[in-house]
Amino acid sequence: MKVLTVCPYCGTGCGLNVLVENNRIVGVEADSSHPVSGGELCIKGYFGYKHLEDSRRLTTPLIKKNGKFVPTSWDEALGFIAQRLTDIKQQSGPDAFALFASARATNEENYVAQKFARAVIGTNNIDHCARL
Amino acid sequence: MTLGGGAMTNTIPEISQYSDVVFIIGSNTGECHPLIAKHVIQAQSRGAKLIVADPRMTDMANKADIWLRLPVGHNITLLNGLMHVIIKEKLYKAEFIQEHADGFDDLTRAVEDYTPAYVEDLTGISQQDLIAAARLYAGAGAAVILYCMGVTQFTYGTGTVASVSNLAVITGNLGRPGTGVCPLRGQNNVQGACDMGGLPNVFPGYLSVTDEKHRARFEKAWNTQLPPKPGLRIPEVADAVHQGKVKALYVFGENPVMSDPDNNHFIHALQELELLVVQDIFLTETARLAHVVLPAAGWAEKEGSFSNTERRVQRVRKAIEPPGNAKTDWWIFCALAQKMGAKGFEYQNTQEIWDELRQVVPEKWGGMTYARLDQVRGLNWPCPNEEHAGTPILYVGGKFTTPTGKANLKAVLFHPTGVAEDKIKEFKNPIVGKIAELPDREYAFTLTTGRRGYHYHTGTMTRKSLPLNQVGPEQMVEVNPQDAAVLEIEDGDYVKLTTRRGNIAVKVWVTDRVPEKTVFTTFHFWEANVNELTVKDTDPLSVIPEYKVAAVKIEKISLAEAKALYLEKAQKYRVELEQEVVAEMQKGWRV
Repeated sequence: MKVLTVCPYCGTGCGLNVLVENNRIVGVEADSSHPVSGGELCIKGYFGYKHLEDSRRLTTPLIKKNGKFVPTSWDEALGFIAQRLTDIKQQSGPDAFALFASARATNEENYVAQKFARAVIGTNNIDHCARL
Repeated sequence: MTLGGGAMTNTIPEISQYSDVVFIIGSNTGECHPLIAKHVIQAQSRGAKLIVADPRMTDMANKADIWLRLPVGHNITLLNGLMHVIIKEKLYKAEFIQEHADGFDDLTRAVEDYTPAYVEDLTGISQQDLIAAARLYAGAGAAVILYCMGVTQFTYGTGTVASVSNLAVITGNLGRPGTGVCPLRGQNNVQGACDMGGLPNVFPGYLSVTDEKHRARFEKAWNTQLPPKPGLRIPEVADAVHQGKVKALYVFGENPVMSDPDNNHFIHALQELELLVVQDIFLTETARLAHVVLPAAGWAEKEGSFSNTERRVQRVRKAIEPPGNAKTDWWIFCALAQKMGAKGFEYQNTQEIWDELRQVVPEKWGGMTYARLDQVRGLNWPCPNEEHAGTPILYVGGKFTTPTGKANLKAVLFHPTGVAEDKIKEFKNPIVGKIAELPDREYAFTLTTGRRGYHYHTGTMTRKSLPLNQVGPEQMVEVNPQDAAVLEIEDGDYVKLTTRRGNIAVKVWVTDRVPEKTVFTTFHFWEANVNELTVKDTDPLSVIPEYKVAAVKIEKISLAEAKALYLEKAQKYRVELEQEVVAEMQKGWRV
């Protein structure tokens, strides 16, 4: 299976096809119709996908208990964060919260993240590493 | 500020098709944007000329017709010098300036002192090269300027950006194919993160949070009250934590422990937080300090869109399932919002999120349906309706998006040790620059920073992609051969780099790529992260830190000493924790 998508590295936004077999990426081909990259990619585009199947990927939420990370369920992790955020907002106000958004995540994810900070917490303390 | 927007004015394919002159300043395009460099090289083979301003002998400097090897930090000196020549020789476009710009008199006076002789004196760039570059750029039918962090990462970066746009405006190099001012965005979706309102002062579409009318638009769409006060910018957050103002921090898809300047200061701030949540694909250096870590889906494991440096919105598609219980970032935020009892986060897929954006900010994205994006290789915003073809070129016909509709030419003044008060007073609101930390007797070298072609930022992804780590296995510091001879250092030796903030051990690469008294290294490796050394002084307007200049001391050390320093860093970044947590995760939930 071939899936047409966009390279995840720099801001050039080169087009590429991800080659998939049995839910594994087995290679990357340049998208020959792309107006910017036109059938070529750099070394990061061709080989930079390998990290996705690295054995060190995070596979479950973790909560630090007595200084040690303990695997947990989504329900418990999100419940814990929701409670702590509600308490901190009540005690110190919405501006006691800050969110670093991501220049690596999608438009849709950034839209939802800033909506969360502004509409749910009630703060404009949201920034990302455009400056860094 | 000067033109009305902060994005690339033109598109990349125009470079190879239409540009007669390409001027690259503060961008290592060959290594950091290789497929943009390809368009520059194609333009050259069509007969276009290339001017490169860079202290380092980058790949593009090597290919340049004129390479202006300025010392680190002197961009404004050079740009003012170029404009001095252009104005003196009357190479500017008087009619374009008359109709489409304000402030030409102020600019003319500001660059008056920057004669070729003065510029040569300050930078070592020959008068002949400066004049030739000015004539070449101003004489082009269509000239484009490409710039990157080598322009912005100074305490006077905003001034340099204003200078770049001054130069384009006075030569009429805007609003036509192959012209323009093009900031090359470093990350795949840094344009999109800005566009989507991932900034403390604006909603999606760059609509100011302080403007009642814009706030009302989002309050209606989101059915809630919204705060009118602009928020904190990243470099301000650490101080706010130390002052007890910020108590909870949520970080996703970023690794600020590695990427923030003077990172010891930042790490201490994180340790004081009551709640640190980190959402990422790996247990990054930042995640190791968190109270809660959430596993995110990677780039090929989700649907959505990225916006590239040309404002081109392109579809990202899911190819494989995320591992274990990892979830997409949008799912996590929606689930958390719902846990907190919020409404308006019931999206079933990314298309529903995108369609909400299209409805709220139709002037920029209204016409970009997923169906349309699926048929083409992206569309450039603004694209207000479904009949609109998108906008590859901004400011066509000299129509700028400033309140007056005209470009603002700004007076920009610079001297490494500061500009005299009397001089500053001669101008209305000038931008003034000086270098935050100059070399002295103890810290005798200039340290400058950047990236390498094989690696990406803090190495979270590239160092775990084997072929890339094989070609770029370790940190190196570039040292000029003259300096290496004086310091009695050879290629492959180890040195300790020390600034007023910290120290790291690095392997030496003796090379002409850097000028004398200047060394270069990167922030890809925790073993020797240059951001333990960088200064945290920032530009007062953009709050971008001065990553590109610090004063540094170099001392040769033994392999044993280098190893001892590596072990110290392994402890600092809690490197062993990653393997421990991987083992825990494999055992499954125990809560």
